Amino acid sequence: MHGFANPARFLRIARWLMPLCMGVGIVLTAVALGWGLFVVPPERLQGETVRILFLHVPAAWLGMAGWMGIAAASFTEVVWRHPLAAIAARACAVPGALFTAICLVTGSLWGRPAWGTWWVWDGRLTSMLVLLFLYFGWLALARASEGVEGGAARAPAIFGLVGAVNIPIIHYSVIWWKVQHQPPSITMGKSAIDGAFLWPLLAATLGFTLIFAGVVLARMRALLASQQAEARLRRKAMAEVEF
Amino acid sequence: MREAMDAWTFVIASYAIGVGATAVMIAWSLITMKRAERRRDETRAR
Repeated sequence: MHGFANPARFLRIARWLMPLCMGVGIVLTAVALGWGLFVVPPERLQGETVRILFLHVPAAWLGMAGWMGIAAASFTEVVWRHPLAAIAARACAVPGALFTAICLVTGSLWGRPAWGTWWVWDGRLTSMLVLLFLYFGWLALARASEGVEGGAARAPAIFGLVGAVNIPIIHYSVIWWKVQHQPPSITMGKSAIDGAFLWPLLAATLGFTLIFAGVVLARMRALLASQQAEARLRRKAMAEVEF
Repeated sequence: MREAMDAWTFVIASYAIGVGATAVMIAWSLITMKRAERRRDETRAR
C-alpha cells in the first residue's frame, strides 16, 4: 500500500487504469440504464418511477463513498504523511459532491409522484443534505489552505475525518428514526428486491463506481501534474534570481 | 384526492439530469487532466 504512494509508481499505474475504469464504466452504465429504462417492467406499487432508482441508488452510494475516500485519504495524510494522500482527498471531493447532488435531485423527482411531495425533513434526506453542505465546506477549506505550510495545511484532513461521523448517521437513519424513506432493501447477503430490478441496479452501481474511480484517477493525474509544473517553475525562478 | 401525474416526465427529467451531469463531469476531468499534463510537459521542455 505504501508503495503506491510513490507519485512515479502511481502515474505508471494510473496511465492504463484510468482509461480502463472510464471505458468499462461508461459501457456498463449505458447498458444498465438502457436495461432499467426500456426492459425492466413497471413495479407493482411504484409504477414507472421505479426506473429513477437505477440512478438514485448508485448516486447515494457514491455520495457516501466519496466522503469515505476523503476520510481514508485524510487518515493516511495525518498518520503517514503520504505525498499522494492530500491529492487523493481533493480528487474525491468534486465527484462525491456531484453524486450527492444527483442523489438529492433524483430522490426529489422520485418522491413527488411516489410520496406526493418533493421533500420531507426526515433523518435520511436531511443527513444526505448535510453531506452535500460538508462537501461544500471541505472544498472551500481545501481551496483556502492551498499553498499554506505547517499545521494549517492539514485543516481539510481534520475536517474530512470529523465529517465522516455523518456517514453512519446517513446509513442508520432509516433504522434509528421513524422516517418517510424506506429501510434498506439490500443488506449483507440478502435482498428484498426482485431479480428483475436487482440485476440492472447492481450493474448500474458497478458501472457508476467505475466511472467514479476513473474520474478520481483523472483528477489525481491533473492535480499531480499541476503540482509538478508549479514546483518546476518555482525552481527555475529561484535559479534565475540566484544568477 | 391524488393528482394525476405522468410518471415518465419525472423519469426523463431524472435521467437527463443524472446522465448529463455525469457526462459533463467526465469531460471536465479529462480536459483538465490533458491541460495540466500538457502544461507540465511544456515546463519540462523549457
